[in-house]
Amino acid sequence: MSAHGTNETEPPPLEFHDLTVAYHKRPVLWGIDLEIPKGQLVGIIGPNGAGKSTLIKAAMGLLPLNSGWVKVFGEPIKKNIKRVGYVPQRESVDWDFPVSVMDVVLMGRYGHLGLMRRPSKKDRDIARDCLEKVKMLPYANRQISNLSGGQQQRVFLARALAQESDIYFMDEPFAGVDAATESAIVTILHELKAKGKTLLVVHHDLPTAKEYFDSLLLLNMRVVAFGPTEEVFKYDLLQSTYGGRLTILSEVAEAVREKS
Amino acid sequence: MNELLPAFEWQQHVIAPWTTGIKSTLWIVLMGFFVATACGLLGNYLILRRMALVGDAISHSVLAGIGVAVVLTLQLDTPTLFIAALAAGLATTLIIEIIHRYTRVKQDAAIGIAFTSLFAIGVILISMKSGKVHIDTECVLYGEVALVPLEKFKLSLSPALAGAVDKLPMSEVYLRGNDLVMAPDVIRMGFVALAVALLVWIFYKELLVSSFDPALAFSLGINATVVHYALMALLSVVVVSAFESVGAILVVAMLILPGATAHLLSARLPVILALTVLHAALGTLLGFHLATWLNCSIAGAFVVAGMGLFLLAWLLSPHDGLLAHWHRRRNLKLEPPEEISSTPPAGN
Ligand SMILES: Nc1ncnc2c1ncn2[C@@H]1O[C@H](COP(=O)(O)OP(=O)(O)OP(=O)(O)O)[C@@H](O)[C@H]1O
Ligand SMILES: [Mg+2]
Repeated sequence: MSAHGTNETEPPPLEFHDLTVAYHKRPVLWGIDLEIPKGQLVGIIGPNGAGKSTLIKAAMGLLPLNSGWVKVFGEPIKKNIKRVGYVPQRESVDWDFPVSVMDVVLMGRYGHLGLMRRPSKKDRDIARDCLEKVKMLPYANRQISNLSGGQQQRVFLARALAQESDIYFMDEPFAGVDAATESAIVTILHELKAKGKTLLVVHHDLPTAKEYFDSLLLLNMRVVAFGPTEEVFKYDLLQSTYGGRLTILSEVAEAVREKS
Repeated sequence: MNELLPAFEWQQHVIAPWTTGIKSTLWIVLMGFFVATACGLLGNYLILRRMALVGDAISHSVLAGIGVAVVLTLQLDTPTLFIAALAAGLATTLIIEIIHRYTRVKQDAAIGIAFTSLFAIGVILISMKSGKVHIDTECVLYGEVALVPLEKFKLSLSPALAGAVDKLPMSEVYLRGNDLVMAPDVIRMGFVALAVALLVWIFYKELLVSSFDPALAFSLGINATVVHYALMALLSVVVVSAFESVGAILVVAMLILPGATAHLLSARLPVILALTVLHAALGTLLGFHLATWLNCSIAGAFVVAGMGLFLLAWLLSPHDGLLAHWHRRRNLKLEPPEEISSTPPAGN
């Protein structure tokens, strides 16, 4: 938006204040206070059921909040929703849907199109560029059910790129992808960051987490820690995030040891 | 066999309806086509959203709407029916949502609870008042397409205008002397079908993305909840316009059969929508002649013909068809891959 990189007056891309979300009276997120600065690649780390997906859904205004608020670029989410791009968990959609890879990526352009407007040549060009970036252009005309899991993930990423948003939420984009796809996705995340986009990425693998992300958000119902990776990726913090689950803990110990 | 099936006569069962019988044939066939088109187009989205049963639910709870309307107003004119049915349809949707969201009952069970209770309420209300108002429950459930050609609408034209109209094709269907006569139900259903087609065209993007990925729709500024309720409202309108002629139960078939057939034949939504309309046209024509031949329920014949087309599509579909499968298995010949890439293409 701004011509000179860091605009002093622009509010932070994402702000949570005293956010509490509950399903059936059972709190899943409790008292979340966060301010995510612009141009950050943030990894969200936490055990299964920690509320990572819930945090993303709450940030996008998809869930009723029990208390607190979320602001996107200083405004309620409703006002700035079009500045938000979204990569859902892959299982959240029906892959038998009768659309092609190109159709799915073009959906990312819908936010830029008015009522009754069909995607223009320019939209198609953008979609094609995005597919090229994730190396899926040869598959553009495939029916989406004929894709492997990693290819589906790339299509979702291409669609998010086509949205041309300022802030991205990605729920486990690395789940079930091979090493080549994983490094391709990481490259794209870093490119987006270089363009000043803010990215929040749910990630499960601790050893790679400390490589991929500038900052980490350790989450388990509450914010255990949020800050630069080297400050937050500490044994005791990870231990309290994963709350004494042995298998994870040994993994954590190993990851921390590797680091030092 | 001979007692069961009357002899098929090309002249009598296929030609005659379009010559001597054209007056009623055209109205009936148009009605069937409009119903199947409106239902089929909407039904596609129900199939995509795995909500096929919601169509079932709404078509049954319409009876509750009619019941309430009868008790409150003792009237059965078209606007009252429309509003009542619309309210019933939305109430069903809402009840399903509420049960599903606030209890541990799953969506399919919630559908089962919502429509059976509303249907039962409808049965009670209508049976309470059945002495005062005449409602043919048989007609509500099974419909009566044969009654459609009743040309209740009549407009006198000036002789000059009538002369001009007389030159239009098939004027014998809608011109009696100087009077323009029409079957109002068919005209109304035509408008409903046209409205559905227009709405599907106008809101193509919104319907597509909110059916595929509601969360993405939201991040694009499309409110998937509003789309959901709008779809249900439209469904209620379509169901109430259709059930008089094909009946509440057969509406369900009309909602699912055309779309399901089209899904077998293509994996592209625009093509599927076009095939749905084709299925509606063919199914209606075949069904009409089937009914003429067997002298049976026309609505029933529409559905059986639609089912026949579904089976044909299943047999012949280029991708999933039984013949294609069989052919592929007989001629299984794999070509060696040109190059091994890092991500091998999956699927077939
Ligand atoms: N729709 C729902 N209804 C009720 N409870 C839910 C719902 N969605 C999530 N929960 C509960 O909320 C908690 C947090 O879920 P969430 O999906 O946010 O976890 P997560 O951190 O994304 O986990 P994972 O790593 O397994 O994806 C879980 O305990 C889950 O049982
Ligand atoms: Mg999750």
